[in-house]
Amino acid sequence: MAYVAVSGGKEAIEESIKLLDFYRSGTKIDIDLTAIENKMSLLVDRVMSEAGLYSKTYAALALKQCEGSVEEAVFLLRAYRSTLTRNYYTNEVNTDNMRITRRISAAFKDIMGGQILGATYDYTHRLINFEIENEDSEKLFDEIKKKLKNEEPEIIEPCSRVSNELKREGLIDTFEADNTSPYDITENMLEFPCLRSARLQTLSRADTGFISGLAYSSLRGFGQVHPTVGELRCGYIELEVPYLFDNSESIYIGEILITEVECFTEADAGDKLKLAVGYGAVFGRNENKAIAMSVLDRELENKGGNPTQNEEFVLMHGDSLEMNGFISHLKLPHYVTFQSKLDAVRKTRGDENE
Amino acid sequence: MNKNYNFAFLDEGSKREIRRSILKAVAIPGYQVPFGSRELPIGRGWGTGGIQLTLSLIGKDDVLKVIDQGSDESVNAVNIKKFVGLCTDVKTTTKTQEATLIQTRHRIPEIPMTNDQILVLQVPLPEPLRIVEPREEITKKMHAETDYAPIWLQLYESIIKYKKVTIASEYPCMVEGRYIMNPSPIPKFDNEKLHNSECLYLFGAGREKKIYAIPPHTRVTSLAFDDVPFEKESFKGKKCPLCGNENTYLDELFDSITGEVFYQCSDTSYCKEVQERCI
Repeated sequence: MAYVAVSGGKEAIEESIKLLDFYRSGTKIDIDLTAIENKMSLLVDRVMSEAGLYSKTYAALALKQCEGSVEEAVFLLRAYRSTLTRNYYTNEVNTDNMRITRRISAAFKDIMGGQILGATYDYTHRLINFEIENEDSEKLFDEIKKKLKNEEPEIIEPCSRVSNELKREGLIDTFEADNTSPYDITENMLEFPCLRSARLQTLSRADTGFISGLAYSSLRGFGQVHPTVGELRCGYIELEVPYLFDNSESIYIGEILITEVECFTEADAGDKLKLAVGYGAVFGRNENKAIAMSVLDRELENKGGNPTQNEEFVLMHGDSLEMNGFISHLKLPHYVTFQSKLDAVRKTRGDENE
Repeated sequence: MNKNYNFAFLDEGSKREIRRSILKAVAIPGYQVPFGSRELPIGRGWGTGGIQLTLSLIGKDDVLKVIDQGSDESVNAVNIKKFVGLCTDVKTTTKTQEATLIQTRHRIPEIPMTNDQILVLQVPLPEPLRIVEPREEITKKMHAETDYAPIWLQLYESIIKYKKVTIASEYPCMVEGRYIMNPSPIPKFDNEKLHNSECLYLFGAGREKKIYAIPPHTRVTSLAFDDVPFEKESFKGKKCPLCGNENTYLDELFDSITGEVFYQCSDTSYCKEVQERCI
């Protein structure tokens, strides 16, 4: 009699991995990494955001390695990230200085610095474009390049946020800038009640679907926040690290693309009302995630009985790696614990062999 | 060994940080020490807490054994061994006595472990009070105040309703009369091995970011009432047909052709050893 169901694990795993290569090989036509990086950029952005690692190249590579699975790609990047020694921490970034590519306000028709519609799918009709099936991508690329070359570049000045106007009017509370080092959720366990910096980091890395669903529940009625998007801006911010030999100086290390949102809601101010701000900021172009984040940030300040107002509930269940890891672990053998369960169930039925 | 990565995968700073948390856990038996759990190439929920303990402790001279459900050949055990091998090149074994470091999921080996061995247990849900209170903020306070009434009440209600305590595996224990601890999903059968042991038991929960420990010679008692004593799984009248043992934890199996139920040792390396001794 052989050992059943547990032997041969090693061979089975090796063959299973080979089979994955079969699936990945798919067709003779290859997807170039540059193509993934530049033509699937919203997917790349989502993966970078949920991984908390800003590298378009590695995100594209990870996606190619796992047949385009978002959670697998996030997984690969996170695992890679924990092998890297952390040498520097960047200085705080003031997003007023963002090199803006898109900026809208749903609160005011006209805002200081102006609205910039930029690129958005919002006003497209979602009709499948069958012409793309036979698109000549080289021609398309050249044409767009040529068109851009003939355009006069418009200079976009850095501009302060919409909320600053309302702060000046006293409708939104003004606080001193707090530059204490944020709580680092990648090096510490979340403890509750948690600091706002921990909350914002957690939400920024959270699974897009999870926080979108939660924010939707709040809008629909299981919450108090139906906010106005005071400002949504998308663009590049410059990152700097302190110069090692002279802390008053810093070194520019590059720029990253982010989406930032401030949403406004009414809030209680004793015998009158005021406006309160919810904040969202995520890697890349991912507007719904940034809005959802700002809704949850606000909702967590409210503290009430709804799911979105429960700090532990919101922050502990949205990490892609953790949720997918734990759900997928259910596929592992549970022979021992199930045997124990059977024993417990049988004993209550009095049919144990006594 | 893959030269692209540091010995034992994690950078030295992270490994040292984890070892510090282990020291704290050893100093306060049964207390869950929070730590900055790192992401690994293996899924959260697949033993990453245990693996981080193993990676932070393992040295070039260690001999590693990995088991899952009592078996060295189970897919997850094989996978973890392969990963540790990839980044350390340490010797591995299936023999409990030969190992200096054993990582396990859901079982404690049948052979008693010695004082020069460490058993690392993988923990999915470290909080024993989670079954009565979902909020971490509250359970932390309950531990601080030794407020364990709700879990005792649960045992009591179970007895009232079913005449038995119906908790299967993950049966809560009291450690040194201070902290109630979740022994990880080992069967009740293994709980008594935790008491007054020779070896060091370390528990790692990667997803939940907690480390706890039972040092050698610690008092560990499974929760029970004076008049309803603790009861482990029973395999009365059954024995392993391969080695003939009557006092091991058994797996229940269905014959793939006849569908007939039969039993085998869950600890496969122990079973093989007994068989070899008999030959």
